[in-house]
Amino acid sequence: MSKLFDDRRKQLFTLKKMRENLNGKGDVPETTYTCPICNKEHEKSKLSLNLYVCEACGHHFPISARTRINQLVDRKTFREHTGKLNSSDPISFPGYLNKLGENQGKTGNTDAIVTGVGNIEGNKVEIIVLDPTFMMGSMGSVVGEEFTRAVEHAMKHKLPVLCISASGGARMQEGMFSLMQMAKTSAAVEKFSQMGGFYLSLLTHPTMGGVSASFAMLGDIILAEPGALIGFAGPRVIEQTIHQKLPKGFQRAEFQEEHGFVDSVVTRKSLKKTIGMLLLMHTNTKG
Amino acid sequence: MMSKKLTAYQKVMLARDTKRPKTEDFIQALFDDFIELKGDRLGKEDSGILGGIGWFHGRAVTVIGHRKGRTMEENVKYNFGMPEPEGYRKALRLMEQAEKFGRPVITFIDTPGAYPGLEAEEHGQSIAIATSIARMSSLRVPVIAIITGEGNSGGALAIAVANSVIMYENAVYSILSPEGFASILYKDASQSANACEAMKMTAKDLYDFGIIDKIIKEPAGGMQEDWAGAFKDLDKVLTKELRKYDSLSDIALAEHRYQKFRRIDENYLLDERKMGDR
Ligand SMILES: [Zn+2]
Repeated sequence: MSKLFDDRRKQLFTLKKMRENLNGKGDVPETTYTCPICNKEHEKSKLSLNLYVCEACGHHFPISARTRINQLVDRKTFREHTGKLNSSDPISFPGYLNKLGENQGKTGNTDAIVTGVGNIEGNKVEIIVLDPTFMMGSMGSVVGEEFTRAVEHAMKHKLPVLCISASGGARMQEGMFSLMQMAKTSAAVEKFSQMGGFYLSLLTHPTMGGVSASFAMLGDIILAEPGALIGFAGPRVIEQTIHQKLPKGFQRAEFQEEHGFVDSVVTRKSLKKTIGMLLLMHTNTKG
Repeated sequence: MMSKKLTAYQKVMLARDTKRPKTEDFIQALFDDFIELKGDRLGKEDSGILGGIGWFHGRAVTVIGHRKGRTMEENVKYNFGMPEPEGYRKALRLMEQAEKFGRPVITFIDTPGAYPGLEAEEHGQSIAIATSIARMSSLRVPVIAIITGEGNSGGALAIAVANSVIMYENAVYSILSPEGFASILYKDASQSANACEAMKMTAKDLYDFGIIDKIIKEPAGGMQEDWAGAFKDLDKVLTKELRKYDSLSDIALAEHRYQKFRRIDENYLLDERKMGDR
């Protein structure tokens, strides 16, 4: 066995051990949520029934990939592909492996992405969900690879693709390996598109940087959740660059819709129906 | 003489040196009768990206690059080599034109990154970069990218999805500027020297990772000490690289590029299915 392979196995073992030790313990279950917009307090059970949307002001709370899948996918139809691929800490970034282990323990996922096949309103679809609770949904080699494998799986089985983005952007801790994921994923979407595949992209809070500037913005149709921050550069960086305050609502979903970059802002309550209908409209084209 | 004793931070300084040849200098030295082609055909010309057609040893090629200036006045005009969406849309227009007429595309990378401005966001910086990356990946002509100075973030990658990615020895290529990286990960932009080391952004690092394909050596003090030598070396490398792709069909060229990025990190992923307990 090569030394490289040996080292990799050791890394994997370390990760697995951390994940098992932490499983469930890293996550502090919140019982009440305070709305950051209107300050209303919500009990978790009630908020969950309302799809994690504040009933007072309509604020959409960020949700994990698992919660998203439960909300959108028809019951008992989801078959997951992810769960086996781990980052190897390619640039040996100090503290990164520990951070990965902690996040794996906290979320029960190997990285910031869950993919699989499921039905939405009876329409079979390849589903890709980024997880904002795992290192801010950032894209490193695992997110890029799992995304690409999912698109390739869809290509092989002639399925449409639904991708739900929620990401702060490229994962800094993997350096250039993260930048390369922008090329890998965008190329996969391009190939899928040239073969006539339907790619529906849903942008949720936040969709920024390397994710926004690659597969997230390449949808045949692009939907966004209300209030989601969507953009290339972060607001703080822009303010520092131009030395002025940004206008209210800058880079929000509604701003993107107004500027022509999003087909439609859709509330979480209407998502399942809208997505189901769009999927159906891309299968039944004969009169 | 190789400058292998330099730290990553020193290389960043060399890569940003205004005395280093710029895209315009490379074009003048390597391509005959260059004709600049401007505009995105959607309402704007962004001179932060320079593009056009010229002869390379008797073969018409499309050349695109980030444009940095040497003087303050030039730099303001070119926005310090930080393109707006319109620059990327122009680049994409020229690449698709090259594909239509079967011309190879040669790109020069030298940018602090895409411009993080208010208008850039309003005009769709994200989708401009995303579209350029995606479309570039499927071009049915040879594409060669040369990183001559600094190549930062998606703003660099947007014109660097190439069959061959070549770096000068003291050039750097990274996910973000070291200053930006430091301010995100260390919450302190003044830590950028440390960030340079941690980011693994030198030509040697990236060659060892298999992310770039070739390094062009530089003399002590960098290629700014010997422009003529730098041009001569690149001329040789470009000739060789282009010849390599002569035998590939247009479809095979696109597939070669696709596979290159598809497998770019395959040795750096841990798959529990392949590495299970045994
Ligand atoms: Zn509220």
